[in-house]
Amino acid sequence: MTRRAFSWRYTPGFAPLTVAILVFLYTPLLVLVVYAFNSSRMVTIWQGFSTQWFVAIGENGDIRGAAENSLIIAVAATIASTLIALLGALALERGTLAFGRGLVHGLVAMPLVVPEIVVAITTLVFFSALGMHQGLINLIIAHTVFCIPFALLPIQARLKDMGGMLEEAGRDLYASEWNVFRRITLPLLAPAIGAGAIMAFVISLDDFLISMMVSSAGSTTLPVYVYGMMRLGVTPEVNAISTVLLAISLVFVASALLLGRRRA
Amino acid sequence: MSRQSTLLLISPAVLVIGVFMLIPMFIALAYSFMTANPYGGVQPPATFDAYVQFLYQRDFDDSLIFSPDYILIIVRSLYLAVATTAICLVLGLPVAWYIVCQSEQRRRLLLFFITLPFWINTLIRTYCWILILRDEGLANKLLRTLGIIADPLPLLYNDGSILLGLVYTFLPFMVLPIYSTLERIDPRLIEAAYDLYAGRVAVFRRVIWPLAKPGALAGATLVFAPALGSFLAPDLLGGGKKLLIGSLIQMQFTSSRNWPFGAALSIAITAVILLVMMLRAWTAPQREARA
Amino acid sequence: MKTLTKALAGMLLATTALAGAERAFADGGELHIYNWTDYTSEDMVKKFEKETGINVTIDTYDSNETALAKLKSGATGYDVMIISNDFVPIFVKQGLFQKVDAGAMPNFKNVDPRWQKRPWDPKAEYTVPWVWGTTSYAVDTSVYKGPTDSLKTLFDPPAELQGKIGMFGSPSEVMSLALVYLGKPQCNENPADLKELNALLQKQKPYVKVYNSDGTVERQVAGETLIHEQWSGKALATRQQKPAFKYVYAKEGVIGWMDNVAVPTGAPDLDNAKKFLNFLMDPENISLQQKSTGYQSAIAGSNKFLPPDIGESPEFNPPADLKITFAPSCDEKATRAYDKIWTGLRQ
Repeated sequence: MTRRAFSWRYTPGFAPLTVAILVFLYTPLLVLVVYAFNSSRMVTIWQGFSTQWFVAIGENGDIRGAAENSLIIAVAATIASTLIALLGALALERGTLAFGRGLVHGLVAMPLVVPEIVVAITTLVFFSALGMHQGLINLIIAHTVFCIPFALLPIQARLKDMGGMLEEAGRDLYASEWNVFRRITLPLLAPAIGAGAIMAFVISLDDFLISMMVSSAGSTTLPVYVYGMMRLGVTPEVNAISTVLLAISLVFVASALLLGRRRA
Repeated sequence: MSRQSTLLLISPAVLVIGVFMLIPMFIALAYSFMTANPYGGVQPPATFDAYVQFLYQRDFDDSLIFSPDYILIIVRSLYLAVATTAICLVLGLPVAWYIVCQSEQRRRLLLFFITLPFWINTLIRTYCWILILRDEGLANKLLRTLGIIADPLPLLYNDGSILLGLVYTFLPFMVLPIYSTLERIDPRLIEAAYDLYAGRVAVFRRVIWPLAKPGALAGATLVFAPALGSFLAPDLLGGGKKLLIGSLIQMQFTSSRNWPFGAALSIAITAVILLVMMLRAWTAPQREARA
Repeated sequence: MKTLTKALAGMLLATTALAGAERAFADGGELHIYNWTDYTSEDMVKKFEKETGINVTIDTYDSNETALAKLKSGATGYDVMIISNDFVPIFVKQGLFQKVDAGAMPNFKNVDPRWQKRPWDPKAEYTVPWVWGTTSYAVDTSVYKGPTDSLKTLFDPPAELQGKIGMFGSPSEVMSLALVYLGKPQCNENPADLKELNALLQKQKPYVKVYNSDGTVERQVAGETLIHEQWSGKALATRQQKPAFKYVYAKEGVIGWMDNVAVPTGAPDLDNAKKFLNFLMDPENISLQQKSTGYQSAIAGSNKFLPPDIGESPEFNPPADLKITFAPSCDEKATRAYDKIWTGLRQ
């Protein structure tokens, strides 16, 4: 029996599965984008090509304002939560925490576990009790809270896998803690931090329930706006603005990929 | 790392979540023991009514009768959440492994494509599924033009469509953690296994799967917990005909105006999930020691 | 690495600066409207801004219940809110609205005499009318050829409509219409009546495709449903897309509703809010709002500013002898009973 050149990387059947899954993931998006160019107001009945909805969102100040709010909050919450997650992951994986680990894990997992509506209402009650009514700032804080676990997971996993060997070696060579961190840990951690940041960003952008409750005048976010819109009938404006967001994210992530490639 | 530094580093996370998450949770706990204000909110006196409501309800003539309604809803939600997690695992594991087996360049591309849909609002994506699945939707139209069926298939407004929506929303949450665990596997381990004449299945069972387990567990948590509490997919894709826990809790804070019950339900779910997670955390070191 | 940190720091600064500077500055000040999405006419807002120099921002919510939950939890910053009639007494009782004495405003005389004493705000102390309409159902007459004069078609459907019914997703709206069909009083607490209501809805359930208040027009036009509980304005929109649809004025009656504009307690721009309330009671101004959403106004003479296909449509002009029931806000017992029926229905 002849054995052909063996590669463990050859995975029969997995490629079609992956393709099928990608098709599955993208079918609704295709529908979304195609109907953004539908000239009919009815989101389902195709009536010809038109870019009128993109023009419409340009003129609809409300939807643009909501999109801006969403982006501002997402950026701020991502930066804050990724930073906090980085510090936390370092403490959990490289630190000496005797009995508190379980508790900390539980605490960090809470935003994932508690049903959002309860978090939304009780956070609002809490903010009101504190007398905090700063619109976007309130939302940024609330978003940071539930983004932390998402940012933490990849960073913590990576730290765990890395083991402490390289860092030990660095210390053996008399490097200071800060230098060990800066020159060994951080570069190795960079992709995980990036992954965590992207997850946090996307989660924040997507959130609707907490944003709906915690927002005050002037801080409506895009998902809240869209949800309200669905109550009264979706117009293709929703498709149009989603397509725009999709395009922006494509540009953003593509450039991140390219930048990463150039440095490597 | 010194104890001090550790505490210092962990403090921002603990503080932020402690203050802005724990305190609201205590507010929820307090609410669950109060009486419902019929116009929204809560009012004294303190009572166990909300917890009693899990099992007993007042009939039209005001007598307290045992009602399995809520238990049924909880069971149904658990079933759907478990099913979602299982399907995501079965689909996500091979996809994650496939991506790991590609070149560095292709890996990044594939990961990028897997996460890109997330940038679009879940609400909108779920709505697009309605456009595809309904009677006059694209799927049925396609099948009818191809002549495969004559009458439209009821693809929407049932448990299946809810499951589809949930899997659709949470699949990337499973793929990414598994991928990041598998990515760190030393290829020499796998080559060594094959060198020892192990077949593909055996290599998977004894080498790849044990190493992938932590990622799978993380993925399972990221899928199960939110799936249990989700209400968008059930409400939109289920046609509002079946209640799940997420929608039930939602209802308590809106049309039912029974905040204490909503709070009680949430506390119950949270407690159950946290318990399961903590149990796993405590038994995991033992399992690793044994392996 | 350094450039990255700098870039991040810059972004953080920029976003916090933007977050702090979210307020625009205008001569006349500001007005924050809190309303359903897409329910505020852009033209009307622009006219108001031009006449007064006030800068208007609109925030949105998806339902009365959400707005109630938010305000009850302490949300602030909104100057005017638009709320349905059955919620007005709730907000008032909870102290969430403040008195604005709409009855004393100069434009109040324009309000149609029929609406000057609204049951939920008899002295017009808190609210000004926004628009009003009726709730009934619209049916595809190209499929259903039977009589269109009763709610029976909706609740006890013939074969060709079974499985193609759409009902609203909120318990109060479904049950208020069902009670009209049964001829029983609203906010019912009578156990026998409640049992009958429950039985009726359970019997209808297998024939209902969807319990959802959103996108009714879409569903009807696409053919997903052939008969749907709808508001008059939405039925008009449906008929404009598919002329076979008829909005039925049943002999048992229909539900009426009115959305009202109120000022939350602690509104930051009280004077501007009052100006807006007064502005809304002018027929030409409110007609702009009517044009964008397709509902009747409570201001006399506003219909003449509308194009005839709206102003003279059957959806706009219910027959004079039609029984319109305005569902009031229910007390605790009724709310609990409705909730029980609703939960049991959606099992």
